[in-house]
Amino acid sequence: MPQTVFAPWNDPDEKPLISFQGVTKRFGDFTAIDDITLGIYAREFFALLGPSGCGKTTLMRMLGGFETPSAGTILLAGQDIAPVPPNKRAVNMMFQSYALFPHLSVWDNIAFGLRREGRDKAAIAARVEEMLKLTRLEKFSHRKPHQISGGQRQRVALARSLAKAPKLLLLDEPLGALDRKLREETQFELMDIQEKTGTTFVIVTHDQEEAMTVASRVAVMDEGRLIQVATPDRIYETPDSVYVADFIGDVNIIEASARQSGDKVSLAWAEGQLPLIATTTKTFAPDQHCWLAIRPEKIAISAERPKAANALQGRILDIAYLGNISTYHVALPSGQVLKAQTANTRRIERRSFTWEDEVWISWTDTAGVLLDK
Amino acid sequence: MARRGQRPQTVSGVAMRRLILIAIPYLWLFALFLIPFAIVLKISLSDTVLAIPPYAPQIDLAAGWQGIKDFFGALDGENFVFLTSDDLYWKAYLSSLRIAALSTLMTLLVGFPIAYAMARAPDEWRPTLMMLVILPFWTSFLIRVYSWMGILANEGILNQVLTWTGIIDSPLQILNTNTAVYIGIVYTYLPFMILPIYAALERLDGSLLEAAEDLGCSRTSAFWLITLPLSKNGVIAGCFLVFIPAVGEFVIPSLLGGSRTLMIGKVLWEEFFSNRDWPVASAVAVVLLLILVIPIVLFQRQEQKQREAEG
Amino acid sequence: MRRLSWFNVTSLTLGLAFLYLPMVVLVIYSFNASKLVTVWAGFSTRWYGELLHNEAFLDAAWVTLKVAVVSSTMATVLGTMAAYVLVRAGRFYGRTLFSGMIYAPLVMPEVITGLSLLLLFIGIGLDRGIFTIILAHTTFSMCYVSVVVSSRLVSFDRALEEAALDLGCTPFAAFRLVTLPIIAPAVIAGWLLAFTLSLDDLVIASFAAGPSATTLPIKIYSAVRLGVSPEINALSTIMIAIVTIGVITASLLTKRAAVRRNAEEHAADRA
Repeated sequence: MPQTVFAPWNDPDEKPLISFQGVTKRFGDFTAIDDITLGIYAREFFALLGPSGCGKTTLMRMLGGFETPSAGTILLAGQDIAPVPPNKRAVNMMFQSYALFPHLSVWDNIAFGLRREGRDKAAIAARVEEMLKLTRLEKFSHRKPHQISGGQRQRVALARSLAKAPKLLLLDEPLGALDRKLREETQFELMDIQEKTGTTFVIVTHDQEEAMTVASRVAVMDEGRLIQVATPDRIYETPDSVYVADFIGDVNIIEASARQSGDKVSLAWAEGQLPLIATTTKTFAPDQHCWLAIRPEKIAISAERPKAANALQGRILDIAYLGNISTYHVALPSGQVLKAQTANTRRIERRSFTWEDEVWISWTDTAGVLLDK
Repeated sequence: MARRGQRPQTVSGVAMRRLILIAIPYLWLFALFLIPFAIVLKISLSDTVLAIPPYAPQIDLAAGWQGIKDFFGALDGENFVFLTSDDLYWKAYLSSLRIAALSTLMTLLVGFPIAYAMARAPDEWRPTLMMLVILPFWTSFLIRVYSWMGILANEGILNQVLTWTGIIDSPLQILNTNTAVYIGIVYTYLPFMILPIYAALERLDGSLLEAAEDLGCSRTSAFWLITLPLSKNGVIAGCFLVFIPAVGEFVIPSLLGGSRTLMIGKVLWEEFFSNRDWPVASAVAVVLLLILVIPIVLFQRQEQKQREAEG
Repeated sequence: MRRLSWFNVTSLTLGLAFLYLPMVVLVIYSFNASKLVTVWAGFSTRWYGELLHNEAFLDAAWVTLKVAVVSSTMATVLGTMAAYVLVRAGRFYGRTLFSGMIYAPLVMPEVITGLSLLLLFIGIGLDRGIFTIILAHTTFSMCYVSVVVSSRLVSFDRALEEAALDLGCTPFAAFRLVTLPIIAPAVIAGWLLAFTLSLDDLVIASFAAGPSATTLPIKIYSAVRLGVSPEINALSTIMIAIVTIGVITASLLTKRAAVRRNAEEHAADRA
């Protein structure tokens, strides 16, 4: 049922809730955000992903009203928000440090924003109880922030920022302070709450797994620019640059020069080796420099030469055993090392390959992505 | 642990060293801090006599048990009765407390904006500002008090400036009044107020204020709802640090105050050096200490709580 | 980049002016040629000259310096021991009393401390003089030293000491080779604090000093009790200058050490 898929970005009639138009932010000589144009739609769970210092936090703080753009405009529901101070915006933020008020109880922290709106007491109490229930914090409402655990603090911060029912919720590395297991649980909780409340979430993270898990779309950023904006599966399967391919997940990159015929490209990649075959929708000039990106799990490993578009012989250099999967590092005669992954469907002692084995690795012509930058 | 078990002689060595380490500072303070207080207490219960030392009774150890019994029998609380009968003393206590409380409040009003501005200043300024606030503390207290004498005197700089600008016709009498004492206390104790408040404000996480704004606070209401409550501990510590020593202050009332400035530190000094009435001076000290015990204990408890909250 | 609001700039300016103007005035008037301290009669260094020939002041200054050096050194040793006991010795009989005796002198009115010590000295028949002043100053400044040192010891990573013991140090060697170098800045700060407190003290010294020894603050106090004196202005200026130079040098040294450390860490990161 394709009509139920949530993809407003593919619908030309849909207006984005937030739209950045040529936004630039400079701090002195340093350009933190460089001419960004981007639309984020209502009810989206949008992730800004990138290494530290890439500008993702600055971009979000501009939405919150804590920074103003040096150039360009930001529209929220069609309105320029530059002149609106943070305390007047229908936007709330969940801070990386949580910024829970240490002198107020959990209950008072959640009620803080509601009280500023001057609502009546009963309405505030009802809303706070609702938020406590949503985040399963009923039992802790009278404790102070230092008397609860990190995970609970995170939920208080979430409840506090959701209490005012903002149009847009900003989350700055919301799970950064939690340990891995708790983080994974909380990711699903976040998605659940986002779905229940129907709020638009913009999350900033440097953790690509987190972005892939929670987001409807991911924007990969580097040095103040957007590198690629797409759904998690598109980002993973069809990155449009070596940077994105390398940043998200594990990847083998093979440099080559292209020779295209139709949608097939033959890649000369090493002296005295057969060319590799790949398919692409892009157009490459003859002998154009290009990169073939293949995910390790798309590379098969076998003892006999398989029937595949691309097959290379090599020697196993290293095996990384990760429990559910193993990654084999295979050295090619050219000296290059490729990674191939297989699921460990059998017990380890019955594994077919070991160190120093001569093996074949292979992949189909559609397994890799051919990149021109 | 295992190593200790194998060599029992070092166990006693370690214990011995620990004992010595504890004993030296312990005995020092015991002999030079605690015993003197016992003596003050004892003398406050003795009688004034014209002798050297000028009080009685003395313990006559040669008389044995009877001597000790006579000694305790001769002690009485008449010095304390004397303190209540002469209104000089309780007026001095009250006036000390009032002057200390009022000047603590003034120091807070002057110190808080300075500490706040320091905490808001750019990072690269802060060490310099810190140094500028601490520097007067390293300069002689006596000299800092003295420096106001030349300013506040009838023919002093302040009066010269005020007359010259035409604000006043005849010089104001400021030196040798309570006003000068207030100025002196605020001036000399200001760093004690600024530093703890600054420390509290500096620790304040900037994202708390952003969060408050994000949740709908204006800058002003964020100050009242977040900044002020969270600097409470610094304010309390600063107030105690000014109030407690100010109550027993001697130098400031003696140099800047007038003959009508009543402060108990000055009374004690005069009782001791001018009147040579040691028992009364001791009784004055005992009562002063009793008055200060409450704020001192409160202060210690506050500090303790603070340490626990941080640790 | 944060900018200070006009309110903050004003309070800083007024606050610093309040802290420094009286001292600036004092320094300026120390160069006044007139004996009448409030009338400006031209620039002169006359009072500095007279000060240098005032034997009584020079004697008092010498006594003060001796007292300060000896008492602050003793206070540093005792205070560091006390800090170590407070932070490290664990529970022992009378620990509460001990920590009470450390903290109480910090807030005790000086007149009481002074009076009680004097009564002790008389009680045990100790002649008052330099020795009694040193005892008195050591007692109250060791408490300051122990507070400064113990706040450093609390944040000290105990694993460092344990590593030293593990590598074969005796407890004393571990203290000398590992703990002491690390807490040294606090110990030095404690010594400086004790030194300054001793230089400054009027009230306790007045009680503890006998006719045989007079310290500079006692001398200054008796000179200024009757009013402003140009010689005292000159003396104050010298003292202010010494402190200012000392504090500025110390802060420059710390700053330079911090900068160097920073640069080294950066270099190490890059390598």
